[in-house]
Amino acid sequence: MTAAVLAAVLGTALAGCSSTGGKRAEERAAREAAAGGRAAVNTPKWTFAMVTHSGDGDTFWDIVQSGAKQAAVKDNIRFLYAHNEEGKEQSQLVQSYIDQKVDGLIVTLAKPDAMKAVVKKAQKAGIPVITVNSGSEVSKAFGALTHVGQDETIAGEAVGDELNKRGREKALCVLHEQGNVGHEQRCDGAAKTFDGKMEKIYVEGTNMPDVQSSIEAKLQSDKGIDTVLTLGAPFADTAAKAADQAGSKAEIDTFDLNAKVAAALQDGTLGFAVDQQPYLQGYEAVDLLWLNRYNADVLGGGKPVLTGPQIITKDDAAELASYTKRGTR
Amino acid sequence: MSAEAPPVEELASRQPVRGSLPRRLAGRPELGAVVGAVAVFVFFSIVADAFLQWSSFSTVLYASSTIGIMAVPVALLMIGGEFDLSTGVLVTSSALISSMFSYQMTANVWVGAGVSLLATLAIGFFNGYLLVRTNLPSFIITLGTFLILQGCNLGFTKLISDTVSTKTIADMEGFPSAHKVFASHLTIGDVEVQITVLWWFALVALATWILLRTRAGNWIFAVGGAKEAARAVGVPVERTKIGLYLGVALAAWISGQHLLFNYDVVQSGEGVGNELLYIIAAVIGGCLLTGGYGSAVGAAVGAFIFGMTNKGIVYAQWGADWFKFFLGAMLLLATLLNWWVRKRAEESK
Repeated sequence: MTAAVLAAVLGTALAGCSSTGGKRAEERAAREAAAGGRAAVNTPKWTFAMVTHSGDGDTFWDIVQSGAKQAAVKDNIRFLYAHNEEGKEQSQLVQSYIDQKVDGLIVTLAKPDAMKAVVKKAQKAGIPVITVNSGSEVSKAFGALTHVGQDETIAGEAVGDELNKRGREKALCVLHEQGNVGHEQRCDGAAKTFDGKMEKIYVEGTNMPDVQSSIEAKLQSDKGIDTVLTLGAPFADTAAKAADQAGSKAEIDTFDLNAKVAAALQDGTLGFAVDQQPYLQGYEAVDLLWLNRYNADVLGGGKPVLTGPQIITKDDAAELASYTKRGTR
Repeated sequence: MSAEAPPVEELASRQPVRGSLPRRLAGRPELGAVVGAVAVFVFFSIVADAFLQWSSFSTVLYASSTIGIMAVPVALLMIGGEFDLSTGVLVTSSALISSMFSYQMTANVWVGAGVSLLATLAIGFFNGYLLVRTNLPSFIITLGTFLILQGCNLGFTKLISDTVSTKTIADMEGFPSAHKVFASHLTIGDVEVQITVLWWFALVALATWILLRTRAGNWIFAVGGAKEAARAVGVPVERTKIGLYLGVALAAWISGQHLLFNYDVVQSGEGVGNELLYIIAAVIGGCLLTGGYGSAVGAAVGAFIFGMTNKGIVYAQWGADWFKFFLGAMLLLATLLNWWVRKRAEESK
């Protein structure tokens, strides 16, 4: 019976092939990966570990990881990765890597208080730490070598400037995680430099229909909103749908990049995207740790190394489309 | 619950009372929920200017329908005395399977949707079968499935697509027709209504018919109210429970296909926490947490109350920071009103 079902399924699968899109199209368009998968140096095989505050299945952190892995291959590094969105759990993960005596640590400081003690411990154990993404304000005080990332407030301010340039008057900032400090900083930064009025709305990021209907409801209740700013790439497309449903002419702009955002920028559905180049955050962190081990180098002179914000519009989107498809932009 | 077999008439009496109209109304589990829904509706009509537009109503209906589609089978399951914590991520699994099968096989997207239907039903069957074979609490079994599916959603997506979201299938064959079936909107007058609303209404009608007009409906009330007694009078308890889990899986498949064909790309981490919304809708709608009592219409009204409250707060333009507070307070008020009305109705019987 199972076999019959399976046979039927496979049968229809073969009969029902799609001549457009799909994996075959991807394979046709496949190109060689950037790094050939061989180490470029002959330093010993050091082990670096990265611990982030990412939730499960987050596109952004996936890109950070692919940057880190690529650098690790090049630098002859064994690369380990773990994540947990709870500050307490994250610090325990870091502790477990200290116990394993790794040669370098990369951590995020989204919840600085929970991470303070364990970062100091790493320092005491002689393990160099580089902080990435969040925590630029406290990174140095905790004893990290360097911070690699975007300053969320500065990124927000860049958005405010861009909105002014585009003559926008009333914007809606869509936060998809209540209580995320970085998200608040982005919206607040944008509100600071934006000459128009800015409002916030919280949506349930794990529930796309809720994101859509909430934005729809907001646009219906306030016809004056001419810009919707989403804080993550997957939400930009949903915001565009919501605006369409609500009969609103609002321009959609977003933080972060993915394949759909690149395509939408090209066809004009989106105004602009602010990229903090997550690939660079992973890549640089591993590379800087290697440089520190190999050559005692420190970059940034005590100041954070900024990876963004880079404002991406229609003009740049075409070039980036293929990179977003392979998951490195 | 006593292990002794009560007379069959007593089992049957768990169904709504028949008789004169007021008496029948008073016996309906959804009576309180309807009063609550009217109250919420009137309230937001007064405090929110934009709430009374047709376009707003369509938005509220959409929000309600995406919860309501799942709340209906979840309510039936609860009437049958069981829980399912895996429903939220099962919806995501269903969407992921469709998308990845179509993409990887370069198959017509309908083939992927078919495979996904089989796989989703298999997961529902797994829940039900394990439950009736082991007699463990459904809470534990479906918690296990919930975590397994959460892991699989992420693990398989990463393994197969090498990223945490699926690739776009919008350019593949079959997509336009599938989009029509699962994610289009109809224009009625000058109002756009999402097709999920129709799916929702159809499921409510189907479930109500099963509950009130078929033998299987009697079985559901019986296994939820008094399992051993039901077994003693010849109700196929195991078949009924497995059937209920299959119903949940079927609705999860419909929701999952909507997610996929509406948003085209599926994020593998989505859906966590939604299982609670479905249970909340069923409970607001009058389903008892202990089983044996409730209705599909009630669950639909419960979803509608949730949708109205959730969006009404946005229409009312209340402070965004306090959103969850208002949501909780409004739901509590609606449920209290619901409880009060039902108590009054029962007293007057």
